Amino acid sequence: MKVLEIKNLKKRYGEKEIIKGISFEMEKGETVVVIGPSGTGKSTMLMCINRLTEPDAGEIYLNGKQITGSKHPEVFRQKIGMVFQEFNLFNHLTVLNNVMIGPMRVKKFSREKAENVAKENLKRVGLELQMHAYPAQLSGGQKQRVGIARALAMEPDLILFDEPTSALDPELVGEVLEVIKKLAKEGMTMLIVTHEIGFAKDVADRIIFMENGEIIEEGIPSVMLNSPSQERTRQFLAKFMEGR
Amino acid sequence: MINFINVFVNAFPFLMNGLVFTMELALSSIAIGFVIGIIVGISRSYGKRFSYTLSTIFVEVIRGTPLLVQLFIFYFAFPQIGISLSPITASIISFSINSGAYQAEYIRGAIQSVDTGQMKAALSIGMTKWQAIMRIVMPQALIKVIPSWTNEFVYLIKYTSVAYLVGVPELMAEGEFVASRNFEFMNVFLSVAIIYLAIVMIITWGFSRIEKMVRMPGV
Repeated sequence: MKVLEIKNLKKRYGEKEIIKGISFEMEKGETVVVIGPSGTGKSTMLMCINRLTEPDAGEIYLNGKQITGSKHPEVFRQKIGMVFQEFNLFNHLTVLNNVMIGPMRVKKFSREKAENVAKENLKRVGLELQMHAYPAQLSGGQKQRVGIARALAMEPDLILFDEPTSALDPELVGEVLEVIKKLAKEGMTMLIVTHEIGFAKDVADRIIFMENGEIIEEGIPSVMLNSPSQERTRQFLAKFMEGR
Repeated sequence: MINFINVFVNAFPFLMNGLVFTMELALSSIAIGFVIGIIVGISRSYGKRFSYTLSTIFVEVIRGTPLLVQLFIFYFAFPQIGISLSPITASIISFSINSGAYQAEYIRGAIQSVDTGQMKAALSIGMTKWQAIMRIVMPQALIKVIPSWTNEFVYLIKYTSVAYLVGVPELMAEGEFVASRNFEFMNVFLSVAIIYLAIVMIITWGFSRIEKMVRMPGV
């Protein structure tokens, strides 16, 4: 069954066309990684999926129901988790409250039930001991794991990751990637924008290469990374390998 | 000095009566103004065209005209259109509206200083915009607004002295009353000034305590 379908998505800011008609689909349990140069609309595409950014054209479906055009995008957002590059944890709430506020205020769970859900998910990301800390007291890696727990607590059908490790010190990247790998194994459906090619290779069922607002090429990691069919993909990957 | 203490002690009961009115004016106006400030501040930050325009006009008109003119309109001009207000009611209404406009600007500033990622994250877990404002943005904005809000409270306490001009027997009016009988203008108005100063210092201290209490890492 298709969790996500995107048909001919377009977005422009003024003169500049950021996304030039993107289409792809995701099956349940699939992990899809989007790679590509900076400024090619990868993050904008993610934001369009849950309509934090309003797309100009195209259709998006979650489990067969159309998100685009709906008067209540918040109903869909409950089912689409999002993990941000800059974490965006709620600064005034403790770790526990960051994770339980969704179940409690959006899903209207009782405080007790929401707290249990939150604790369970903090355990999944290995942060149950920090639950009474405030975000500012955590390391970047811990913050991002809380961000993941916050998304998980809503029991989403799909999680969008917007460069989840780009704001982290190199030594903290691993702990976040480990959590995401674990979720992939558990069968979570995930769409991940990242610059970590090695990680993409490990975790992805499929890799999409995007450039200038278009999908240039997509395929399974072994093929995409070793013998891409498009020249532009080859150039991008070559630059990356040099950089390592 | 002895003379000053004598005058102060004799004037004290009158001045305390006045202080009760002063505090009544200041406390009710800051509270009503706070409600106005939140509503207008949110409209200015998140309102669609109509509510944004309306709240902007409100803020500009109130901030662009003297408080005394506003008070005189409520007290002296309103009876001409059939609305007679007591001195204290007219004062509270005009101070509340005036303070509301200033508080709205402080609150708007505080809302803007909350990172936009907070709103995005709140929406991403399925909150409605209203929930995101009330549960995520406003709590952080209100913590940030405390210092400027303290300022506003201090201003308001001092500005209530203009209520004397419409006949509210507040601190300034009582000072005037005492001084016009004993002719000790210097000592009486010094006493009045000392009482204002004391109240302002207590409030400033109190709010700096509250600020420390609600402060949290990272906000």
